[in-house]
Amino acid sequence: MSLDLRIPMGLMFTLVGAILVAFGISTDGSQIYAKSLGINANLWWGFVLLLFGLMMLLLGRRSQKRLAKLPPAPVDPSETRRGH
Amino acid sequence: MLNLTGVDWLIMLLYFVFVLGIGFALKRHMKTSKDFFQAGRALPAWICGLAFISANLGAQEVIGMGASGAKYGLETAHFYGIGAIPAMIFVGIFMMPFYYGSRARSVPEFLRLRFDEKTRALNACSFAVMTVFSSGISMYAMARLIQALHVFDGLFNAMGWAPQGIFTFSIVLSAVIVLAYIFLGGLTSAIYNEVLQFFLIIAGFLPLVLLGLRNIGGWSGLKASVPAAYMHEWHGVAHASTNPMGIEIIGLGMGLGFVLGSGYWCTDFLVIQTAMASHNMAAARRVPLIAAVPKIFFPFLVILPGLLAIGLPTPHTTTVERNINGMIVRDTTVVPHNVEEGRGLVPAKINPVTGKAMLTASGEPLLDYDMATPNMLLHFFPTGILGLGLTALLASFMSGMAGNVTAFNTVFTYDLYQSYIHKGASDRHYLAVGRWATVGGILLSIGTAYAAIAFNNIMDTLQLVFSFVNAPLFATFLLGMFWKRATGHGAFAGLISGTAAAMLHHGLTLPIEARPGIHGGWLAVVHHYPSDMAQNFWGAIFAFSINLVITIVVSLLTKPKPESELVGLVHSLTPKPPKAHDVWWKSPEALAIAVLIMAVAMNIFFY
Repeated sequence: MSLDLRIPMGLMFTLVGAILVAFGISTDGSQIYAKSLGINANLWWGFVLLLFGLMMLLLGRRSQKRLAKLPPAPVDPSETRRGH
Repeated sequence: MLNLTGVDWLIMLLYFVFVLGIGFALKRHMKTSKDFFQAGRALPAWICGLAFISANLGAQEVIGMGASGAKYGLETAHFYGIGAIPAMIFVGIFMMPFYYGSRARSVPEFLRLRFDEKTRALNACSFAVMTVFSSGISMYAMARLIQALHVFDGLFNAMGWAPQGIFTFSIVLSAVIVLAYIFLGGLTSAIYNEVLQFFLIIAGFLPLVLLGLRNIGGWSGLKASVPAAYMHEWHGVAHASTNPMGIEIIGLGMGLGFVLGSGYWCTDFLVIQTAMASHNMAAARRVPLIAAVPKIFFPFLVILPGLLAIGLPTPHTTTVERNINGMIVRDTTVVPHNVEEGRGLVPAKINPVTGKAMLTASGEPLLDYDMATPNMLLHFFPTGILGLGLTALLASFMSGMAGNVTAFNTVFTYDLYQSYIHKGASDRHYLAVGRWATVGGILLSIGTAYAAIAFNNIMDTLQLVFSFVNAPLFATFLLGMFWKRATGHGAFAGLISGTAAAMLHHGLTLPIEARPGIHGGWLAVVHHYPSDMAQNFWGAIFAFSINLVITIVVSLLTKPKPESELVGLVHSLTPKPPKAHDVWWKSPEALAIAVLIMAVAMNIFFY
């Protein structure tokens, strides 16, 4: 499979994380955090997801680069016939 | 009630975009039926491993385990420690060599290679019917939950649509999305999305557990706020009357561990299909073992929210007066009536006519345990992360549905259509049939979801029938793979009589405090069980034993298959799987031992 799942997955979590961090910063100290025991859950959890997403992206990109360097020989013959 | 803002919708929308995006990106790789039904047998083990548990992480798991945690406490973890982990290790080490090595494309096809055509037809038909109904039940449960949580109420108000349409809207939305990504990308798309859903479910539920634990005062605080029996997995398991589930160790170990757990994790094509999609034998054997690692820690993620919900103090409607610059501000926190009547955060069931809480025979409020986990979400999550939590909930419903749908289209196309309806067509034809089987399967599921509204107890009835069919299955596979003398006639007769035994057992026994009918005893009541769980486990033990005995007896009376036809299908006639070139700690055996040690440690922790 030439689509490495880590790339779309990393992208999604990076975006969700970034949205939550931005929203968390803009609502810091707001009444809405009474629910989450006064913790800015959006900011903190957004930050965790952002890190996770970036890590996935990095891993996905690295393995794609490594695959690009390898000669395409050891692939299943049916794969090469399809021409990508 | 539920106030979703733009940021919640944005997160939900983002998820839908990525789910569909993965489907579209994979479309150009779907050239042959092997690509579509078997993911080209080219996926890495870690992806298949996470999809392996995610396929099971549907609604029944996330909502049901939370409910069971609130009802029975940590004893629920037996479903993992006894029910899942040993079976996952067993299927990886001992059974996968035959599934993967036989080159069968589905579990029913394996039965044809090992036994005969009629055993395959029986298994394929019952399996196809069950997957369609299961995904329908999943859809129904999701639509009901969306209604109960008022997720789309705001949207419907803004659009000026009638709120009666929410049920249909929820069903159509989920059906269209699951249909689109499977139609486009087949099993690969389903597996990729299951992995995405796996991480999303962790992202949505982990902060819930952390906030809940912090609120209740950590592990010791939790211990102090629930009855002592709730905090032990093994304590009091020797006798039915001394543990919350009302089941003793033999019924639990045999029924859950040996029969039901193994029957599901070792034979259900819904999960096995993900392992069969991996790129080589060593990877296929690692898949269930990789899946077992996160599975060990799942009690923290899915059972704990329910346990926390029952342990937390019941909220009440309060008004706080604050004085801001001489202006008096009243903050009123409104708590719904059914939550105030319940226990902890688990709401009471409200009689719709009188508006009062329904009571059990002993005068306690009847609790709606299924709402334990969803209510935790609403209680702790502010807008923003609430969108993430609800998306995780939707994702869990979809991953359960998608697994059923891909299992259905494969079994329908290979085991029913190609075998009995239209043999010898071109591969392109079967690829098209698979795509349209996906559409048909989803339409039938929608039909089931609507039938569930019209007939109140259709869900209970269906689940009961499934349990009759599933209970004896594991005996057939065990004998098939490890006893070369087992014959097709034996397997067929064993399966039929095992199912009959399960029905008979159910018709003759009854859990205490239940009336004869859907709960059992519809023939005559000859035995009372302390709980429905005990009845269920013992029924499975009977079905398994009858199947085992009948298969052996009939096999000995009928002509066996020549041994040359059984190479690669039976343990004693198959050469040992070649040692992979990997280092020793990457071997399935080493991984299995590590998983086993972790599982034992977890059971000691929960003791």
